Amino acid sequence: MTRKIVIPGEIIGKGDFLPGEGTQKKGDEVVAMRFGLAEESGKLIKVIPISGVYEPRRGNVVIGEVTNMISNGWFIKIGPDDVGFLPLTEVPRFVNKDNLDEVMSLGDMAVADISIINRRGIDLSIRSRGLGKIEDGMIVEVNPYKVPRIIGREGSMIKLIKDETGCNITVGQNGLIWIKGNSVDDELLAKKAILEITRKSMIDGLTEKIENWFKANGKSKTKKVDEKK
Amino acid sequence: MTKDTHKSKISGATESKDSVGFKRPDGRKIDEMREISAKVGVIPNADGSAMFQSGKTIAIAAVYGPKTMHPQHKQDNSTGLLRCTYNMISFSVTDRIRPRPSKRSQEISKISEWALSPVLMLEKYPNKVVDVEISILQADAGTRCAGINAAAMALAHAGIPMKDMVSSVSVGKLDKQIVVDLSKEEEDFEEGEGATDIPVSCTHSGDITHLQLDGKISAEELKEAISLGKKACGDIYEIQKQALKDTYKDLQGEKK
Repeated sequence: MTRKIVIPGEIIGKGDFLPGEGTQKKGDEVVAMRFGLAEESGKLIKVIPISGVYEPRRGNVVIGEVTNMISNGWFIKIGPDDVGFLPLTEVPRFVNKDNLDEVMSLGDMAVADISIINRRGIDLSIRSRGLGKIEDGMIVEVNPYKVPRIIGREGSMIKLIKDETGCNITVGQNGLIWIKGNSVDDELLAKKAILEITRKSMIDGLTEKIENWFKANGKSKTKKVDEKK
Repeated sequence: MTKDTHKSKISGATESKDSVGFKRPDGRKIDEMREISAKVGVIPNADGSAMFQSGKTIAIAAVYGPKTMHPQHKQDNSTGLLRCTYNMISFSVTDRIRPRPSKRSQEISKISEWALSPVLMLEKYPNKVVDVEISILQADAGTRCAGINAAAMALAHAGIPMKDMVSSVSVGKLDKQIVVDLSKEEEDFEEGEGATDIPVSCTHSGDITHLQLDGKISAEELKEAISLGKKACGDIYEIQKQALKDTYKDLQGEKK
């Protein structure tokens, strides 16, 4: 499986190929429709985007800031241009309508998932586990298209970071990442690792590279030093 | 003195009608463009950005969006829209220009929009707008072409779905000789029939998206000029392609 960078209008396959996402068939040729990485899997060619703005999709877990409150819910800013509405009914416990601050108030950060997208806007929910107001920790912002790299294949990369730093990490599909660790040092290490991934996101076999990076910079190294002492 | 020698060369060329004998002020061949360089990702805060330089002309373009269109009455619920803003920075020419929209910049903004919109596929983004800001840092003729080239790269960099790239070049007629990529000196050429400026934009597959004409030209010559322009656009396309591919070439590229 080889990946190469393609630009819009570039011919990426000739003959017996099927056009996948981000491509179009023109006569006998498959043409890229956007800037990204072309990936062939069997007869299918698709283009994986590597830049752009976040496009909200149903079911995405996102992180955002509460920007407005009304009598029956909260408005949460989940992207530079997207505001989601979290209705009171989507909170999984009883809330006194006169005291919405109990759940979250203006300026708070929250994890939510997108339940409905329609013409009128985006509706959020915090019914599932792990969602809701963020009490403490650290938030890192990355390009939304780097999120799949940070999660890795079947979550291998995020698991590696969690194991190495001992932090609890929630990755929002909109590019915001919440890190919660036992100490600030752990959180900073996790943040550094994430920024390292975004910097090297185009390299093949990144998980191994990050493993090595942890060996050079990580906690395990400092631990070993302690043992020697 | 220099003017006289220059003139003699021109008249010599017109007499023999030999294109090889024609000498341009800066010594280029008739189908030779100025030195071109391009770079992608020059503005980190934008969703996509690019710089395009052709000789002394420098243009930068920044793309923001797709984002919700404001004011609301301009929204189109069937497709997204493209909004270009062309601006010459006040220090881009020797005489400072007043930093505000002029009739000329408004026209070029619109022209850039028309040149780029045929390749964009914004149907996926109803009620949204893609903002393209084109700034000319230094002007030496061919600014709209440089602006369109930069904007096309920036749009691709911003991940906007596109059918093809757009490349743009200005073809001109100096007296009776058709040349490619005019410089300011050539644009002000006044001998013989004077200078004619023809900015052409076309896609890689050869469709023309924009064609302007300022001056006089015969139908035959126009055809010749367009074919010369298309050839030059092909060369520009290669540079744009290389610039976009180089963004992630060394893999150490920063965010975006």
